[in-house]
Amino acid sequence: MAAGLSLVSGGASRAPEKVQLENELGAPWRLPAPSIPTLSELFAVHPRDGGWAGFLLAQLATERPLLWVQDRMAILESGRIHPPGLPTQDLIHVEARDAKDALWAMEEGVRCSCLAAVIGEIWGDPKTLDFVATRRLAVAAERSGTPCWLVRLGGNANLSGARMRWRIGSAPSLANSLDQRASGLPAWDAELFRARGHPPGRWVASEADRFHLVAASGDRALGEKRRLSA
Amino acid sequence: MPHLAIERWAKSADYPPDSPVVLTVEGTHGLLIHAVTKAAAERGARPGARLTDARALDPTFIAVPADPESDAALVDRLARWAGRWSPLVEVDGDGLRLDVTGVSHLFGGEAGLVRDMKRRFAALGFTVRVAIAPTAAAAWALSHFGGDEIEPLHVSALRLDLDTVRTLERLGLKTVGALMDMPRLALARRFRGAEDVVEALDRMTGRKPEPLTAAAVDPPPRALIKLEEPATHPEAASQALERLVPMLVRELEERKLGARQLSLIGYRVDGSVGMASVATAIPSREPKHLQRLLADKAAELNPEFGFDAFALTAGWAEELGAAQESLVEEPSGERELARLIDRLTVKLGPQHVRRPQPHESHLPERASGWGAAISSPAFAGEVAREARRRGPSTSYADPPPLEIEGRKVRPQRLLDRAEAIDVIYATPEGVPRRFVWRRAVHDIARVEGPERIAPEWWRQPSSARLRDYYRVEDQAGRRYWIYREGLIGDGRGGLPNWYIHGLFG
Repeated sequence: MAAGLSLVSGGASRAPEKVQLENELGAPWRLPAPSIPTLSELFAVHPRDGGWAGFLLAQLATERPLLWVQDRMAILESGRIHPPGLPTQDLIHVEARDAKDALWAMEEGVRCSCLAAVIGEIWGDPKTLDFVATRRLAVAAERSGTPCWLVRLGGNANLSGARMRWRIGSAPSLANSLDQRASGLPAWDAELFRARGHPPGRWVASEADRFHLVAASGDRALGEKRRLSA
Repeated sequence: MPHLAIERWAKSADYPPDSPVVLTVEGTHGLLIHAVTKAAAERGARPGARLTDARALDPTFIAVPADPESDAALVDRLARWAGRWSPLVEVDGDGLRLDVTGVSHLFGGEAGLVRDMKRRFAALGFTVRVAIAPTAAAAWALSHFGGDEIEPLHVSALRLDLDTVRTLERLGLKTVGALMDMPRLALARRFRGAEDVVEALDRMTGRKPEPLTAAAVDPPPRALIKLEEPATHPEAASQALERLVPMLVRELEERKLGARQLSLIGYRVDGSVGMASVATAIPSREPKHLQRLLADKAAELNPEFGFDAFALTAGWAEELGAAQESLVEEPSGERELARLIDRLTVKLGPQHVRRPQPHESHLPERASGWGAAISSPAFAGEVAREARRRGPSTSYADPPPLEIEGRKVRPQRLLDRAEAIDVIYATPEGVPRRFVWRRAVHDIARVEGPERIAPEWWRQPSSARLRDYYRVEDQAGRRYWIYREGLIGDGRGGLPNWYIHGLFG
């Protein structure tokens, strides 16, 4: 995984000591990541919150092409991906009619070891997206070594075979030293609520050379102080 | 096919076979007879006559409107079906012209070919008159007027217009032979322009070439199997595909070609064809891949009354050198990617599997063009290299840059249609304070802008308004891209409207 994110602040809600000890606030920090590329599930806290995209893109390697699958409802509700805003232009975009086609396209992509990652956005809780389907994706991803991100927009966290499950929302951005009124570097409120081999936790992260921990949500002052001193 | 219209009608109608039916078309002076049944012909009905005249002879004629469009469609279908004899088939009015050069020996000589054609068309219930001649014009003349020689044929066999024929008759030149004996110069001087008799004569004698369609110099790679018995089971096409793919791949290998487009054509016994086509992103002649692409579509071909022949054609082939990917059978990244694109495109359609195709434009929705992935194979190089060079250049302490190497910061997601929002802002050009999108209120905590994008006056109407884009962040930290269209008093409409266009990640 690319070293694109740093943890800016925040404590793990359920296993705080360990994370806090390992990671100074503002210090380069690695996201809890599975040992091998596999299927991770991202839940957007709100379908009209695009924060998850920044969180995800910051972690992607872009040496190889991306496969980005969106189902029709996801495009209607939260927009189509916009290549000029993405870190890479080398991608294949699939507009799937429904979740069934989207899952099929994702599985085809995951089986192919020529991709940097497969990202699939699925709207709601379709019937076809069950434990078996996610489990198939996870196994295929582990076999080919292609990381796969299943993004759920407006869905509920039901049974899933994903190895890591995140809930991502936007957090107020960092201070902008050039313009106090403007947004700074984007920050994200990331909650890891289920993971294999890792304790769950909640962090506020921002993009930098690595993920950085920022002040816990709502405590902007700490983050700013940390950021300025860094 | 002299009786095509009436035979097509007879196949679908439920009148007794000996009823005097005439097919009619609208003429300038009432209905004209287009085609007649045998019974009607015996009672004096002639094609071309007026229906009222025929009714005067015998009032029992049953008039049915003809359907020339369906007749033409049938001829088209039969032309495709006639591909079983020759790859070069052309529709010529109500007939077909086939280039059978070098083909007839496959069917037991020219006589055998004619027999086979007559037999198969008769099996479909169509009367055909077949003639093989060294030139297309002569073949047409012989098939329409009968006989073995062209000299004794009437001059109308030259397909001249009616006036010219009448002039020739008046001059005493009634047969083609008589015309051929005339000095060319005299003929050329007497008949000029549209009624060029000499040219028609040359076409018939072969002095002037008359090629069928644009004859392909290189016939596309093609593999063909003929079945002894019509196959009606549903797997027929799939099984044929399994046999055809290795045959075609062998031909592609010999000619150092790779297929970009493949069609599996099944010829049915009833004279129709079933066709399945796929395309590939890079030329390929790998049997497994080609077969996998076509398999689903082949399985969907409906045998109806049974297939009796299959052809697999690479309608579009490109040069592909003899290449070995590596010692171990592991395809390279690019090739594997192309195969992935092929598979996705076959199932989802080319309009749903796309790659970015940047446009030189300031309007965001135009700048991010999309092109079918299958038709942009050489893509990976340029754009990817450029993106890598650009790279993520932010560091922790820096505020987010407005531009990265001359490119404006753009949202990760763009709505297909910018959606109208209600915005509270300080008029006339103040920053937005609060907006309502899809009935949810967003209080704007931070705002940056405007970035002004002027309309492209060279392609938009003069009433198009400029856009002032703002990057806004609401209380929860969600970042959006909104714009105000127009200014107060810009003379291009009333109060400016606000729209939301994108979401930042």
